[in-house]
Amino acid sequence: MACFLVPAAEAVITTVAEKVIASKEKASKPIEVPSDGNVLESAQKLPFSQKLKWLNTMLWGGSALLAFEHLWHGEIVPWFPFLTAASDPASAMEMLQEMGTVGVSMALLVTAAWGIMVSAASAIEKKAQKALSAEK
Amino acid sequence: MTLLTTVFAAVISTVIWYKTAPKSEMQVGVLCLIYWGASLMWLADAIFAFAEQHAAVFTPAPEEMLNDLYLGLSVVALGLVIWLVILLVKDPKGVVKAALFKKKNG
Repeated sequence: MACFLVPAAEAVITTVAEKVIASKEKASKPIEVPSDGNVLESAQKLPFSQKLKWLNTMLWGGSALLAFEHLWHGEIVPWFPFLTAASDPASAMEMLQEMGTVGVSMALLVTAAWGIMVSAASAIEKKAQKALSAEK
Repeated sequence: MTLLTTVFAAVISTVIWYKTAPKSEMQVGVLCLIYWGASLMWLADAIFAFAEQHAAVFTPAPEEMLNDLYLGLSVVALGLVIWLVILLVKDPKGVVKAALFKKKNG
C-alpha cells in the first residue's frame, strides 16, 4: 500500500545526518592495505559518513524500486492523494497499519544489514591497523 | 518472483563489483546497494506474506507468477537506469565532461 514510505522517511533523515557528519569529520591516519595480491598500499580508513552513504543508497534505491512496484499494482496514482488507499478512511487505516508493520520491518531489516556491514568493515580496519602496529 | 529476480540482480552486480574492486570507475557498488536494499525490503514483505498465507506463498498461479517475473525484470531495468543516471551525473571517468568540452571546441 505505502510501506516504502517508512524506509524513504528514514532515508531523508540519514541523508541529512550524512551531510552533517561529513562536514564535521576530519581525515583519519593512513593505514596500509593489500592491493593487487601482496603489495601494500597506503590508504585511509573509511570515514563514517561514507559508511552512512551505504545505508542511504540502500534506503533510497530500495524505496524507489518499491515505489515502482506500487505504481505497477495501481497503489500509487499521479493525482491527489497519490495513494489509492488514502482515498477512504477504512483503506487509510489499513495503509497506516501496514506502514507500521511491514514498512517499519523493512527499514529495520535494511538498517540491521547495514549495521552488520559497518561492523565487518570496522573489524577489517582494526585488523589492518593491528597488523601495522605489530610490524612497527 | 520479484524478490528472487532482485536477489539474482544483487548477487550478479556484487560479483561484478568484487571483480572490478578496488577501482570504482563504473560505480557498480551503487548498483549493488540499490538491489540489496530492494531485496531486503521485499524479503520483509515476503516474511509478512508468509505469516499470513503460509505455504500458499510458494504456489502462486502461473499468471500471477508471470506478472511477478515481468515486474521483477522491470524493476531490474529501472535499477539499471537509476545507476546509469548516477554514473553519468557523477561522471568518474570524466567522459561526459570531455565530450561536452570537445563539442564546445569543435
